[in-house]
Amino acid sequence: MDNAYDGLTDAGEEKHWAFGTGFTAALAGVGRDIPAVDRDSLTAYCLMLGDDALVYSQRLAEWCSRAPELEEDVALANIALDLLGQARLLLSRAAEVEDAGRDEDALAYLRDERQFRNVRLVELDCGPGPGGDFGTTIARLLVFSTWRLAVFQRLVGSADPVLAAVAAKGVKELAYHRDHAAQWVLRLAGGTEYSRERIVAGLDKVWAFTEELFATHPIEAELDGVAVDPAAARAEFDQVIDTVLSAAGLERPRTTQVAALAGQAGRDGIHTEAMGYLLAELQHIARSMPGAVW
Amino acid sequence: MTRSSWPLYEVFVRGKRGLNHVHVGSLHAPDDEMALRNARDLYTRRNEGVSIWVVKAEAITASSPDEKDPFFAPSGDKVYRHPTFYAIPEDVPHL
Amino acid sequence: MDLEREFEQTVAADHRVEPRDWMPDGYRATLVRQIAQHAHSEIIGMQPEGNWISRAPSLRRKAILLAKVQDEAGHGLYLYAAAETLGADREELTEKLIAGRQKYSSIFNYPTLTYADVGVIGWLVDGAAICNQVPLCRTSYGPYARAMIRVCKEESFHQRQGYELLMTMMSGTEQQRALVQESVDRWWWPSLMMFGPPDAESSNTEQSMLWRIKRHTNDELRQRFVDMSVPQAAKLGVTLPDPHLVWNAERGHHDFGEIDWTEFWQVVKGAGPCNAQRVEHRRKAHEDGAWVREAATAYARKKEQAA
Repeated sequence: MDNAYDGLTDAGEEKHWAFGTGFTAALAGVGRDIPAVDRDSLTAYCLMLGDDALVYSQRLAEWCSRAPELEEDVALANIALDLLGQARLLLSRAAEVEDAGRDEDALAYLRDERQFRNVRLVELDCGPGPGGDFGTTIARLLVFSTWRLAVFQRLVGSADPVLAAVAAKGVKELAYHRDHAAQWVLRLAGGTEYSRERIVAGLDKVWAFTEELFATHPIEAELDGVAVDPAAARAEFDQVIDTVLSAAGLERPRTTQVAALAGQAGRDGIHTEAMGYLLAELQHIARSMPGAVW
Repeated sequence: MTRSSWPLYEVFVRGKRGLNHVHVGSLHAPDDEMALRNARDLYTRRNEGVSIWVVKAEAITASSPDEKDPFFAPSGDKVYRHPTFYAIPEDVPHL
Repeated sequence: MDLEREFEQTVAADHRVEPRDWMPDGYRATLVRQIAQHAHSEIIGMQPEGNWISRAPSLRRKAILLAKVQDEAGHGLYLYAAAETLGADREELTEKLIAGRQKYSSIFNYPTLTYADVGVIGWLVDGAAICNQVPLCRTSYGPYARAMIRVCKEESFHQRQGYELLMTMMSGTEQQRALVQESVDRWWWPSLMMFGPPDAESSNTEQSMLWRIKRHTNDELRQRFVDMSVPQAAKLGVTLPDPHLVWNAERGHHDFGEIDWTEFWQVVKGAGPCNAQRVEHRRKAHEDGAWVREAATAYARKKEQAA
C-alpha cells in the first residue's frame, strides 16, 4: 500500500509533470496587503525583479533540446522553469499593485522595450545562439544567481508580504542554480585546455555587465524597507564569486564595464540591441492575435 | 576530439521518511556529485526532503535471478555491465 | 535446450524477463532496436514543440510547454537506460541516430506551423503514443516495462494539456477556431500513420507478439485510437478530415478511409518535410556539446588521480 514509488509518482501528480502550473497555490496563505509606499514605485520594483526572471528564463529556455547532454538539458529547463515561476509571481504582484486592469500576460506581452526594467545582463545572447556557448551560459548563471540570491536573502525581510514570500521561495531555487553554475565552473576550468578557455571567455563577456547589478536605482532607494538596495549585496557577491573562482583556479575578470547611456541602463528601460529581437519573439503571437484567449 | 561517454549511475530514492530507498532508474554523469544533482533534477523534480543515493553501475555486484549464470555464454561483458534496474513493487498501479 | 525453454515459459506465463536472464539473440536485438527507436523519438520529438517555447502566447502556456518538452528529455533518458540494460550504449545509439542508421517516429518529421499545433500534438500525437505505449507497460522485458510505466504516467498529462489548449482556443476568436481546425486537418492522417504499416505488411509484428514485446497489432491499436478520438473531436467541435469516417454498428467500431501509404513510406525513407532538419539539429547539439562532456570527464579523471 505505502511504498516509496507511490511517493514519487502519485503524490501531487499535477506538479510532477509540469510544476509551474500551480502558481496560484505557490503563495497560498500569504497576505496580499500592499505596504504604504508609492504604488507606481512598488509596481516598478516588482517589474524590475520580475523582468529579470522573465527575460533570463526566455534565454535559458533556448537551450531546450540543445544542451551538451540530456541530463543537462533537464537541469537547464528546471532552472528556466523556476525563473519563469518567479517572473509570474512578480508580474502578477506588479499588476495587483498597479491596479489598472492588467495581468501578468498583459505586462509580459504588451509592454514595449522601453518599459522593460530588467538588467542588461539577462538579455544578452550567451548561447546556444552565436553570442556565446555553454561556457558563457554557465558564466552568466554564476553571476546572475549569486547576485539574485544575495538580493533575495535580504528581500525575505521586505515589508511587502508578497515580495517576502516570493523571496523565501526563490532563495531555495537560486541556491540550487548557483550551486549548479559553480559545479560547472569547476569542471570547465579544471577540465581540458579548451574548456578552460571557454569559461574564461564566458566570464570576461558577462563580467562587463556586473556593475549595473549593484547600482542603486532611485526607486530602490525610495522603497526603504520594501526593496533591497543591491549595493548591500555586493560584499556577499564578491565573496562567493572569489570562493568559486579561487577553487577553480581562475582570476576575477578585469573586463571594462559597459557604461550606462546618459546615466540610464536596463532598470530605466535602456537595453542592448539584443532586447528588441528577444521581445519580438516573445510577444509576436500574443500581439498578432488581439482578443485571443490562451 | 575523443568520444567521452559519461559513466552510468543507478539512482535510489527514499520517497518518504520511514521507507527504504528504492531503485528508480539510471542516468549518466561525469562524477558522483553531478550524478546526485542530475538525479534530483530528473527523478525527484526537486521534491524537497527526499533522500537520494547514486552509485556507479559498475560498482554493483549482482546475482542472477535464476542462478543460470554458469551455463550461458556471455556475449561480451558489456551486455551485463548494467545489472540492476530492480523491480518496482508489485502494487504500483498501472494506468 | 533448457535455457531457451525457460525463457519461453517465462514469457508465456506473462512473467518479466530481466537483464541477466538468458534471452535469444533475436529477442535482444529486436528490443534494442525498438527501445532505441522509442528513445530517439522522445528526443527528436522535443524539437517540433520546442519550436514554440520562445513564442508561447501566455506565460502559463510557456511554463506548460517548457515542462512538457523537458519531460520528453526525461522519457528519452529513461528509455536509453532501458536499452543500456541490454548492452547498448547511449552514445553509440545517438551516433546511429545522427548517422541515419536508426529511426524515430516519422510523425516528428512534420513541421509545427501554428500554436494550435502544440495543442493538436498533445491531443492526437500524444494520444496515439499513449495507445501504443500503455500496452508496453506490460511488455515482456522488465526494464522496458518499468520505463514505460513512468513515461505513461506523464504522457496522460501531456495529452490533457493539449486538449485543454484546444478547448480554450475553440472558446476564443473565430481566427483561433480556424487555426485549430486547420491544424487537425494537417495532423489527423499522420497520427493514424503512427501505428505503423497495416498488419498484412508489418514484417516484425508476428515474432514480437510471440515474444510479448508487442501486445497488440498495428491495426488493432489504430482502430482503438480512431474510436477514442471521434467523440473527443465532436466534443471539441472540430471535423476530422475523413469523409469515410463512420460508425459501423456491426463491427462496433468506426470505419475510416484509406491511409496514404505512399506518403508514409516517403517520410519513413527520409523525404518528409523535416527529416534532414531534425537530425541536423540533434547532430549539432551533440557535437557542440562534445567539448563539455569531455571537460567533465577530464575533470573527474584528474580528481580520481589526485585522490
